[in-house]
Formats: sequence, structure tokens, C-alpha cells
Amino acid sequence: MNRKIHLTVNGTARSVEIPTYRTLLDCLRNDLGLTGSKEGCGVGVCGACTVLLDGKMISSCIALAVSADGHAVTTVEGLAGDERLHPVQQAFIDAGGFQCGICTPGQVVSAKALLDAIPNPTDAEIREWMLGNLCRCTGYYKIIESIRTAAQRSRA
Amino acid sequence: MNAFEYAAPRTLDEALTVLREHGEEARVIAGGTALVTMMRQRLVSPGYLISLHDIPGLNRIEVANSGLRIGALVTHREVETSPIVRERIPVLAETFRRVASVRIRNMATVGGALAHADPNQDPPVTLIALGARVEIRGAVGRRELPVEEFFRDYYESSLAPGEVVTAVVAPQLPPASGAAYVKFLPRTADDYATVAVAAVVSLEPDGERCRQARIALGSVGVTPIRARAAEALLAGQRFSAELLQAAGESIKGAVDPLSDHRGSAAYKREMAAVIVARALTQARDAARATARGTR
Repeated sequence: MNRKIHLTVNGTARSVEIPTYRTLLDCLRNDLGLTGSKEGCGVGVCGACTVLLDGKMISSCIALAVSADGHAVTTVEGLAGDERLHPVQQAFIDAGGFQCGICTPGQVVSAKALLDAIPNPTDAEIREWMLGNLCRCTGYYKIIESIRTAAQRSRA
Repeated sequence: MNAFEYAAPRTLDEALTVLREHGEEARVIAGGTALVTMMRQRLVSPGYLISLHDIPGLNRIEVANSGLRIGALVTHREVETSPIVRERIPVLAETFRRVASVRIRNMATVGGALAHADPNQDPPVTLIALGARVEIRGAVGRRELPVEEFFRDYYESSLAPGEVVTAVVAPQLPPASGAAYVKFLPRTADDYATVAVAAVVSLEPDGERCRQARIALGSVGVTPIRARAAEALLAGQRFSAELLQAAGESIKGAVDPLSDHRGSAAYKREMAAVIVARALTQARDAARATARGTR
């Protein structure tokens, strides 16, 4: 019950043969070697596995890889340029938007999706968008500040 | 997860054929937020998954019979952000906005959520209060039934083997009417409700008395329920604090909540009365604003 699927991962065409029951998260981590996305809760609640599917954020832990066949996936590994971090990544560093770091790839990917959709979000919009990304270190204030910083810099 | 075969047919007829061929062993998958989670937890182990995602035409929101027809593959986020939904039936956009997180709303579909038949979901409550209908396709053809008749039991819908939800059709509010969805959730914003209530209130031409009310509740029993006793109390009556309280009290006998980490059954029963009164108040105020706007 293996299937060959074709994905565009971080801009690069990838083909991979996987069992149908492979989640997109496991496919990215185990078959494609992209271990940035993490498994936290495994039931779509915590946000550590957040990736973009055709530009929209999803929980890759409850998405089947076969369902992504033919689509474009962006992971945290796809955000930075050759020499430069993505502005959201840089803002998380500058504003101290992480502590232990396990939730950070999901936070950063969600924040990028937010700024793609709403370049200039209010605090209320940031909170509503990010409420599905949990931080067990409770670093929420700094996460919100990081996103505010990234938005401000993109305006400058 | 257990191993399974996976098919992504290009037409609905093909999907229905595959579904019929594989019978009980097969499950239909759309967004997967419910099904894949249950498969990961080994609550269900289908041998065959039939994805609806490659079937064109199931992901449209369109005006139909002065209401809206929302295709089964439309995501929660698409309902929430749709200009046409926001303009014509804003309470529907508000209700879908209350489901889980943006990330889950990007995945979960309108049809998938109905077929999942979880009594803790938000959309069925408002759909019942609005008087929406479910469109179903099966081997023998197409049928339609009110959303309030669609749910049978905990995680059990009235879909027959071989049937698929294809759309939900929600009517626009009558004139001089208002609607509200009130989700009471004391824990986190992405949680299921402790008690959820949707109310639609239509006013008499005097703008004061209630011509008709439709009330539905979620998270207070094995299915979402419609509160007909409370509706009957309100019909033809002038709104007062006493009337709203009586409507709330009448709810207590209609609900049968479970005790869980969102509250004891007794607490939920008390809160159901409170939240019904709040939803009615909001719907009445919205109806008054609409009536004033059109007079």
C-alpha cells in the first residue's frame, strides 16, 4: 500500500514513495530529512508541526502525506534565504521570542503566514491567529513582541 | 495508524461507486482533522480511504433560493472569511470563526464536520437555529434533510452506508430578525464549548413582541438539540426579563449534559439556562436593529 507522491517542498520538486498512512509530518521528517517541524501533541492542537500547504498553515501531524500529493509545502527550513534569515526569524532572535525552542519552528511558520495574510496586524489579530501555537515555557509576550517587531521592520 | 488503501477519485459518481464497493471498510476523507486524529488514536481503522479533494465543484459558496449553498469541501476558514457569507448570514461567519484555531479551520471542511457528528461542534448549532438543510448524495440519488434531523447519536449521523454529504443550504434570516451565537468556554479560546447556544429571533411588526424564535444548543447532549419548549414560550410574547428567565429555565429539562473537565452536568445545565437568555437577548437586539433599519 505504498504510493509515490510528488511535492514541491520549499520550492524544490521532490518525489517520494511512502506508505499511505504516513502523516505529512513524518514524511517531511523521516523521508525528506526536514526535522525542523516537530511533533508535540499529535492531535492538531499545539502547533509545533505547523507547515504551509499552498501558502496556508496546517497541522502536518494530522494531514496525510498522500493528501498533499501535487501540492506545495513550506517548512521552517524554507524561510531563510542563502545568507539571511527570514525577517520573522530575525525578529524572534532580536526580541527573544523563544525559550526552550521546541515550539519555535511552528511559531515562526505561523507568524510568517500571519504577516503574509495581514502585513500590519493588531495585537488582537496576532493573538487570535497565534492562539493555536502553544508555548509550554509561556513565552507569549515575547512571541507577540517578535511578530510586532517583524511587522514594524517590514513597514520601515 | 493501520495500513489502508487510498483513492482520490475525480468525480462524485466514481467516489460513490468506490464507497459502495468497499462498504463498511471504507471511510470518506475531506480535511482529515477528525478522521486522521481518530485513526492515529486507533479509534477507527478503515481499510480504505476515499478522498473527496480532487472532485471539482464541492468547494463553492453560492447564492441559492435566497440563502447560501455551501459545498462540502469548503473549509471553515473560507466560510469565516467569505464576503458573501459575512454580508448575507453574518452569524454563520461568526460561528465558524469560533472553531478551534485558524490552522484547523484551514483544514476542516463543512461537510466533514457534519459527517463527524460530534455534538460539541459549533457550526451545527447555528445551522439548526437558522433552519439549514443538508444535501446528501448516495447510490440511489440525492436527498435533503434539515440539519436538526441529521444527527442521531454521539458521533452518529443519519448518513446511510454509501452516502456522502455534498453541501449545506442555509436560508437567509426573515425580515425584522436577528441571530446570535454564544459560545461559553471558560478554558481556552480554541476549546470545545462548555455550552453553546444559537438563537434566531423574528419580531412582530410592532418591533417589540417575538413573532418566532428558533433556539439550538451544543455540548449539552449526545447530539446538538433544538429547544422547542423554549421557542413555544416566546412565540407572540413581549420580551421581558421574566420571559427570558422562563425560556432559560425551560432549557434545563431539555438538556442532558455529560460531566467532564469542562464542567459537571449540573453546572452545564445551569449555564445552559444563562447562555440561552444571553443568546436570546443578543438576537433580539440584532432583530430590533434590523427592524429599525428597514422601517
